[in-house]
Parts: sequence; C-alpha cells; structure tokens
Amino acid sequence: MYRLAEDELLEIYRLMTLIRRFEDKVAEMYTRGKITGFCHLYAGEEAIAVGALHGLYDKDYVVSTYREHGHCLAKGASPRVVMAELFGKSTGISKGRGGSMHLFDPVLRFMGGYAIVGGGLPIATGLALSIAYRGDPEVVCCFFGDGALPQGAFHESLNMASLWKLPVIFVCENNFYGMGTLVQNAICQEELYRFADPYKIPGIRVDGMDVIEVYAAVSEAAARAREGKGPSLIEAITYRFRGHSMSDPAEYRSKREERLWQERDPIKRFRTLLTHERRIAPSVLDKIDQEETAVVDDAVKFADESPEPPLSELTKNVYVEE
Amino acid sequence: MALITYREALNQALREELDRDERVFIMGEEVGYFGGAFKVTDGLIAAYGEKRIRDTPISELTIVGAGVGAAMGGLRPVVELMTINFALLAIDQIVNTAAKARYMFGGQTKVPLVIRAPQGGGHQLGAQHSQSLEAYFVHCPGIRVALPATAADAKGMLKYALRQEDPVMFLEHESLYGLKGEVPEDEYLVPFGKANVMREGKDVTIVAYSKTVHDALKAADILENQGTDAEVIDLRTLNPLDIGTVLESVKKTARAVIVYEGWLTGGAGAEVASRIYEAAFDDLDAPIQRVASADVPMPYNRHLEAAALPSPGQIVAAVERIM
Ligand SMILES: Cc1ncc(C[n+]2csc(CCOP(=O)(O)OP(=O)(O)O)c2C)c(N)n1
Ligand SMILES: [Mg+2]
Repeated sequence: MYRLAEDELLEIYRLMTLIRRFEDKVAEMYTRGKITGFCHLYAGEEAIAVGALHGLYDKDYVVSTYREHGHCLAKGASPRVVMAELFGKSTGISKGRGGSMHLFDPVLRFMGGYAIVGGGLPIATGLALSIAYRGDPEVVCCFFGDGALPQGAFHESLNMASLWKLPVIFVCENNFYGMGTLVQNAICQEELYRFADPYKIPGIRVDGMDVIEVYAAVSEAAARAREGKGPSLIEAITYRFRGHSMSDPAEYRSKREERLWQERDPIKRFRTLLTHERRIAPSVLDKIDQEETAVVDDAVKFADESPEPPLSELTKNVYVEE
Repeated sequence: MALITYREALNQALREELDRDERVFIMGEEVGYFGGAFKVTDGLIAAYGEKRIRDTPISELTIVGAGVGAAMGGLRPVVELMTINFALLAIDQIVNTAAKARYMFGGQTKVPLVIRAPQGGGHQLGAQHSQSLEAYFVHCPGIRVALPATAADAKGMLKYALRQEDPVMFLEHESLYGLKGEVPEDEYLVPFGKANVMREGKDVTIVAYSKTVHDALKAADILENQGTDAEVIDLRTLNPLDIGTVLESVKKTARAVIVYEGWLTGGAGAEVASRIYEAAFDDLDAPIQRVASADVPMPYNRHLEAAALPSPGQIVAAVERIM
C-alpha cells in the first residue's frame, strides 16, 4: 500500500471500476441478445486480475480461462475490441472468431482465454519455457479456477515448471465453486496453496478481495521467477458475484452467503481505503466512475456499429497462408 | 405412447436401469445436486442417493478410467462427460483401455461402460465447445458408438447400452434435448446395429444420424415440393454399422447423400460412402455426395457458424447436384 503512489492507486481503482462496469454492461447486452454463447463474468474477482497485473510489466505474458474479460482488460486491452469480440464482430480482439471465452492479443502478450478447465496451465508452462530458452527477463502469469486443481494438467504443469525452474506464476482464483460444486466436494485438500509443497515451490494464500495483497504476492513471485528461481503458486480467495455463466441462476448458493461476500466487494473496500487512509477526495473517485461508465458505453457503440466478419473468410486462418 | 422430450427420455432410461440393476451407477461432473449440465440426471440424486449418483471432480481422464476399472470390477457405470469436447482429456482411457482391454487380455475381461456425452454445435460456443467427435471413436475397434436422434431412440438405445456387454460412446446432441417425441409406455429396447428408415422414397437415399436426421427430414420435405422423393435413413449407431439397410435403399434409389455434423474430412460419412462404393458401385447412377461441417474450428460469429454447419439447404443442393 505504502509503496504505491497516488496515481498508481487511482489507476488500480480505475481498472477495477472499468471491469465491473464492463461486466455489468455485458450482462445487459447478453440479456438483449447482442451477446450469445457461453459468457462467464468476472464481477467480484476484479482485485485479482488488477492486483496481479499491477505487479508485472507490460512485456510479461498472461494466460487465462474462459472467465477472462477482466484479465484481458487489466492487461490493457481496449474495452472496444473486447466488447466487439463478444458481439462477434470483425473488429473484435479475436476478429469475432473466438467470442467471450477466447480473447487473444499478442501485442499485449495476452496469450489467450482457454475453455478447457486446466488447459491453460501447460500453455503457460510452455510460454515460460520459451522465455527461459531465450534467456529473456519476462514472466508468465497464469490464471485458473479452483476447478482446475483436480486435473492432471495442473499437477503436471507444476511439476515440470518446478523441475525446469520456469518463470511462471500460477494464480488460482479460488471462488469456492466450480460451477455448482463446492471446493470441499471436489478437492481432498481445501487449502489449495498447499499443493505447492509436493512440487517444492512457494505456495501462498492471499485475500483475493484485497487488491494490494494480491499485488504484493505477485510482485514477489515475479521477482523470484526473474531471478531464475522458478514458479510459485498463489491461491487468491474470492467470490463470483454472479452465477457460473449467464445461464446459471446459482441456486446452489444461499442469499446470505452472497450478501456476506457482497459486503467484501473489492472495489468498495479499496475505495474506502483510498478515501479514509489516503485521504483521496470521493469526488476524484466519482469522476473515475463516470469516466469508466462512458468508456463502456462507447465500447458498446463501437461494437454495435462494427461490421460482421465476411462469410468469404470462413476458412481463412485454419493454416498459415503465405 | 407418451409425448416427452429427448432429455426426459434419457432420464427415464437411467431411472429404469438404476431400478432394475443394482450394479448400475452414474458418475460425472455436476450429475448429482446440479442435475447435470443439461439436466439429464435431474432428480436422480434425490431418488437414488450419493452412492449411485456421484458428483466427481473435474478430472475427465480419471472419471473415465475409473469407469473402466469399475466395469472390470463388476459394476455397470454410466459416466457422463459434460460435453464431448472434454472426452479429449479422457481419450487415452477410452482408446487405450476401454476399447482394448477385452481383446488385449485374450477375452478374459469385459468393460460394460457407458460413456454419455452431449456434442454438436449451433449455439455459438466457439471452437472448443462445438465439436462432433464421433469419427474419433468410430475409427477405434472395440467400442460401440451410438447417436440417438429421437426421444424414443434416446430411451431405448440407452437402456440397450446398459444391457449389452461392451463399452459404448453414447453421443447425444445438444440441440435435441428439448425435442419432443412419442415414447412407448411399456418397457422396450432399441438394439444397436439396426438403422431406421425414417421416411420412404424412391429417388434418392439420404443417410444421416443424430441431429442431421432432422435436417435431412426437412430437406426431404423441400425436395418433395420440388418433385423429388427422398428416402431418409437414421443410422442410429455407427458401430455397429447397419450398412445392409443403406445398401437396400441405394439399390432402389441409385443415389445417395450422406449427412453428418462432424468435419467433412475423415468424417464417419466417408466410411459409409466407401462401404456403398465397395458393395453397390454398379447400382449407383451418380457419385455419392457428402454434406458435413466445413473443415474449420468452429467460429463464434453466428453467421460464420451457420455457414460452417450442415443445413437442410445444403442437403437439398447436394441432392440437386446428382438428380
Ligand atoms: C475439461 C473441462 N471439463 C469441464 C468443463 C466444463 N466447465 C466449465 S467451467 C467449469 C467449472 C470450473 O470451475 P473453476 O475452475 O473453479 O473456475 P470458475 O468458473 O469458478 O472461475 C466446468 C466444469 C470444461 N470447460 N472443461
Ligand atoms: Mg471456481
């Protein structure tokens, strides 16, 4: 907290606010039929993406899941191209071919949202291998849910990354549920960070509703990775404020539980911190709120007015064509 | 007869087999308290309890592998894969164990395992969630491949799957769950390896399975208005493959169009075409046509997705090419 300058704090606030407004608008557009398919929102979990990526450089890489709008925006993607992707437009970040679950931008080094649970971890391990192979200074930050831990890919990736001391940070977003299944009904060890132990890497649990705590943990893991000391596992405790996807009413959760977590809203909490501890005027934050609302409205307008990809391009990019 | 959905028909089949045979149990992701991602197992956990309706972690390789082991151990597991796309994580246990154990061990064991999985595109779910992968399994000897197209078949074929002794890939189509159909009130089984002539005709044979049966029937209606009398055959199972029914039809019509939702190249329809050429080349008046998905990973954009999938219009066009 105290290492961060005021402009950094405001940037963190801005990004978290952007993601929340973006996701609220996505929900609205989904209901209106502008967005279809599977759509998994990140509301409630903003502190993880924003905190983690604040601890990294632009040149570092990110690998994510199907719940990746927040990671992609936090990595610097324009809300316009992310929204356009959700609308399936040719101006979208994956040219309208990927949709909500498959955002990608090589310039931002946002290396993709993957819709197979656990599927991102080996990709992140391989990207880290490419970095280590070249002797480059970057790291890979790999986000995944608690649901990925029972997959072989999780264990195989941690083992290989540890064995080869690869520069990758495994960030597990533990929101207590994989779809309707509670962590304790799916994983024999509920303290997920302890899965680091058998792979001889640091494992730590952080409050994923506290953006600064996430930032600190990822910064430390990144420094370690850059020194050639290999991967880390960070478990961030969080909660998704909505159902698993837009088609899930989340009937398996009690209203009381949801309320308790709403009270820990990472954005409200950070706002209180800024106004109380850093004495930032609420009007400054209100202005950011308004600006981000406008940014999201502009993104919708851009997406709506963008062209559909031409049918003639159906088979383009199946292979690399000269 | 009762008018119920494909989904309800599957649910009934599972209940009847759970009632009939204590060895039958179900496991998979969200099959219990959530009632299944597509609600096929809805209500089963309340009726049968956690011992027989088992929610699993997200561990496809081990869910299927444990199904193989449990089957070798004398049980009758029904493993639900949330969608076929995740069967790719389990393909080792499907191909290397389920399909081979009996033969490889000299006929001394058997693997009566039913793997249920929804598949298919059309809902803008993108490249990793829209696949039809039956050809992957048809290629492999030792495992049956069943793809019901109607509510009655969904029930009768699933019950049959649980009575026979070999491993089965039981592939349901995501677009069919809400489809209603007449289902007999009394107990019945639909045995594997018997194709269903859904519509008789004399001018052209349209061979289909799973959802494309309905596309073929729509195409046949359009063709009828144009004066072409199409016969539509639902293969029901690809392994075993009832080529006899197809050949009989082709002998009559002298023309064949094969429709499937998997990718065109290397799809199961190519196997059907080869069998027709091998056995009935002289009966044909025109080259066999295939209508299938374009050879592309499924695009998210709705227009591109629609263009990538087979449609009644494409079937009509294929028939017109050879009439
Ligand atoms: C291999 C695989 N199996 C099943 C699914 C279906 N599925 C999609 S998300 C999900 C739950 C994942 O939960 P978690 O990893 O905790 O992530 P969260 O959605 O909570 O962010 C499941 C089972 C899938 N996409 N991939
Ligand atoms: Mg989760």
